[in-house]
Amino acid sequence: MPQGKLCNRQPIKTDEQLKLTLADKSGIQYYAEMEELDVDTDLLWSTIQKTMKSRTKTWLEICAHCGMCAESCFLYQVNDRIPEQVPSYKIQSTLGHIVKKKGKVSNEFMRHCMEVAWSQCTCCNRCGMYCPHGIDMGVMFSYLRGLLYSQGFVPWELKIGSGMHRVYRAQMDVTTEDWVETCEWMAEETEEEWPGLTIPVDKQDADIMYTCNAREPKHYPEDLAEAAILFHVAGVNWTVPSEGWEQTSLSMFAGDWECCKDNVNHVYSAIERLNPARVTGTECGHAHRATVIEGPYWAGRPDGLPPKPYIHYVEWLAEALREGKLKIDPAKRIKEPVTLQDSCNYVRNQGLKDVTREIISYIVEPGYFVEMAPNKEHNYCCGGGGGFNGIGRFREQRNVALRKKMDQILDTGCKLVIAPCHNCWDAIRDLEEEYEIGIRWSFLKPLIIGMLDIPEGMRVEW
Amino acid sequence: MYELLTGPLLWLVFAISFGGLLVRVVLYFKGLSQQLDRVAYRPHLSYGLKGAFNSIISWLNPVGARAWRIRPGFTLIFFAFHIGLLLTPILLTAHNVMLQENLGFSLPQLPACIADILSWTVIVAGLFMVLRRIAFPEVRILTTAYDYLLLVITVAPFVTGLIARYQGGDYQFWLLAHIITGEIWLLCLPFTKLSHCVLFFCSRAQLGMDYGIKRGGMKGSTFSW
Repeated sequence: MPQGKLCNRQPIKTDEQLKLTLADKSGIQYYAEMEELDVDTDLLWSTIQKTMKSRTKTWLEICAHCGMCAESCFLYQVNDRIPEQVPSYKIQSTLGHIVKKKGKVSNEFMRHCMEVAWSQCTCCNRCGMYCPHGIDMGVMFSYLRGLLYSQGFVPWELKIGSGMHRVYRAQMDVTTEDWVETCEWMAEETEEEWPGLTIPVDKQDADIMYTCNAREPKHYPEDLAEAAILFHVAGVNWTVPSEGWEQTSLSMFAGDWECCKDNVNHVYSAIERLNPARVTGTECGHAHRATVIEGPYWAGRPDGLPPKPYIHYVEWLAEALREGKLKIDPAKRIKEPVTLQDSCNYVRNQGLKDVTREIISYIVEPGYFVEMAPNKEHNYCCGGGGGFNGIGRFREQRNVALRKKMDQILDTGCKLVIAPCHNCWDAIRDLEEEYEIGIRWSFLKPLIIGMLDIPEGMRVEW
Repeated sequence: MYELLTGPLLWLVFAISFGGLLVRVVLYFKGLSQQLDRVAYRPHLSYGLKGAFNSIISWLNPVGARAWRIRPGFTLIFFAFHIGLLLTPILLTAHNVMLQENLGFSLPQLPACIADILSWTVIVAGLFMVLRRIAFPEVRILTTAYDYLLLVITVAPFVTGLIARYQGGDYQFWLLAHIITGEIWLLCLPFTKLSHCVLFFCSRAQLGMDYGIKRGGMKGSTFSW
């Protein structure tokens, strides 16, 4: 079959196609069609020739096959150290093979590649730090995902995810109207307790423009309210854009690079339109990677930077606490063993390890913070990164992947885990559901609000 | 035969080998793409160069990178192998005599016993590397015949060189065998995976720039490698 009705080489561009694909529960028809999908081998090879630059070519060629990357991969560790989970093997036997065959590979092989690319690598980039040649398999798997996406071999949820971004410019079907209404609704509700609180939409020249993860307005609107409370207490002149507020990119996980560019440009045009001094994103790792770290390149910005300084929520929070804009009541500090999950996408990918620990120093009573081992840039992926969390077809593999984080948390002896990243938060929630180890987990926002030292009259007590 | 192998043919081999390696380096850097690699190499050159330097230095130092520190056994074999491989041919007395005769200068020379030890080190470490490939499943799955062939090509000049040095068997034969295996090794450098002798620096510099710029360097973080 050249192309299926649901599974094909075309991205989802219309609401109709999106609903059609969504209606196919668990992607049963989608995956059935995938088994018949033709591989456009000429297109595959010409795409490789155009996009595979010397870095990836050289990496594939000079890999010394030394196996040093094996132990660096948490998926290798939790899967009984089977050799098929060695990072170098995973990329050599997929991307390496496609290149060797000059794109002449079968449908079956492409489906195998899909499974490896989305269930055996979370693009956490940890292996790159353990390879003597500096070969980053996570980078190459992102590239492979792009090739697979362009041929239609992408997990059902991520085809939908990137379709959502194309149709709604959000990872969920949150329209501009829905978003603005949610802002108004949250402002009204929160103002009862916090007099004077507003969520200003499209305010020009604010100090901070706030962007978030579409899951927040869709499923956790209280997160937006919490952000508003903290900006309100800190006395920040802030705003949210009516358009360009969504900073996540499931298209990045899907390998839909064209869509990535469109989305990030949408956020950047909001920045240019509203002209804030700075932009702050929410507590999300991949959203930060998409909009701040990789996004500028998708958008073709020569300096590799967003149009205005764009910081992660932990950076804003550390600054507000440091400068005393937010004050912590010492009596309310955390007085139980607590640990911190370092998100790959802003720790390993942007070095934000110290600011998170600075926040810890303000909110945790000395002696109660327990580091995971290993930690900081050597920390392991939460187990559900790179889209792994959301793919039903690979749920079983994902649950195995969670075991590494479970062991790390159990080793700390903590019952409370701070996870300033949506994806890590979800993974830790799932690991508790799956393995019931008796832990709690939290974003920073609700924790901080609970321990603020609030000026008198600012909050109405009920 | 000896004259040919150490005369015009040797010059040709040098030209192909070193010229080829130079081409590999140039092509590597020319083939980088800011947008596709997602690294702004030029606009943040100072951060990038700092990262590149850090990365190279950390990995040339056996205790510099975490990966080396956590595997002392492998690290020892690996460094012994590479140090022997690099120092022996350059600082060997016999090679320097040739250098003196042909170009009128020579480099510092290793005492014969040190050169012997280094050569044996290459052979023994090479043997360990083969055994490692066979013994460990995580290395075995990656290993191909090509990996063994390259190890043989690399170690062969040392084996033939030592046999000639100890005058084992027909000296003339082993001397010629040594020269031929050495020249094969040199010719393989630019065209095989052995090109990592220069591409290691390119790749490390590239990843170092990546980390030095967007992955933490501009946020003041120095990664521990």
